[in-house]
Amino acid sequence: MHKQRPKHLALHLIKLPLAGYVSILHRVSGMLLFLALPLLLWALQASLRSIETHSRLMEILQQPLSRLVWLGLLWAFLHHFCAGIRYLAIDLHLTSSLAKARSSSKWVLGISLLLTVLIGAKLW
Amino acid sequence: MVNRVVTGAHYGLRDWLAQRITAVVMALFTLFVAVYLLLQPAVDYDVWAGLFSNNVMRSFALLFLLSLFYHAWIGVRDIVMDYVKPASVRLLVHVAVILALVLYVIWSVQILWGM
Repeated sequence: MHKQRPKHLALHLIKLPLAGYVSILHRVSGMLLFLALPLLLWALQASLRSIETHSRLMEILQQPLSRLVWLGLLWAFLHHFCAGIRYLAIDLHLTSSLAKARSSSKWVLGISLLLTVLIGAKLW
Repeated sequence: MVNRVVTGAHYGLRDWLAQRITAVVMALFTLFVAVYLLLQPAVDYDVWAGLFSNNVMRSFALLFLLSLFYHAWIGVRDIVMDYVKPASVRLLVHVAVILALVLYVIWSVQILWGM
């Protein structure tokens, strides 16, 4: 039997399980955080250097576009954090069944979004 | 008996472990800072800068950042290995990532111990 090679998968037709979304979002959020490292280090520097640079940073953080960027980074951090804790729990065999894998995926997606909203509301 | 020939660069287990150890270090630092800030009545420049004014906290923060950079290297390297097929481009990206992370280490020390 002749098989068609190479086989191209129709990515938009593939239905990922919830844990699959957590997994790919772990990659996406990690990459985003890596690319944002210069911005994050610059912000840390401005926040610590002096009261003037600190207040200037706070002003910049109030601008609408910058709020959007920081909200996105906040979500990336929280998702990466929660999904990472989930992977550590899996390594410790705490979530070994399929049902637990599904429910913990829901928790990761839910808690990271909820915390993003809560911290975002507290900051602004 | 099957003679299994193990191939590869033999850094799999070491990096798997390093990724988890650095993750735990970062999680502990994050939780410490989060709890500390939550316990303050108000967070202003004095509270924030005061937290980073002693050498123990600066060292903990540097440990956090070094863990972050090593964690980022393993993660980004794996992503690049998965999606960037031409060896020359892959090598270039790897070198660029390493150089950036080394610069971030120097920058981190400058941030934490005054410019």
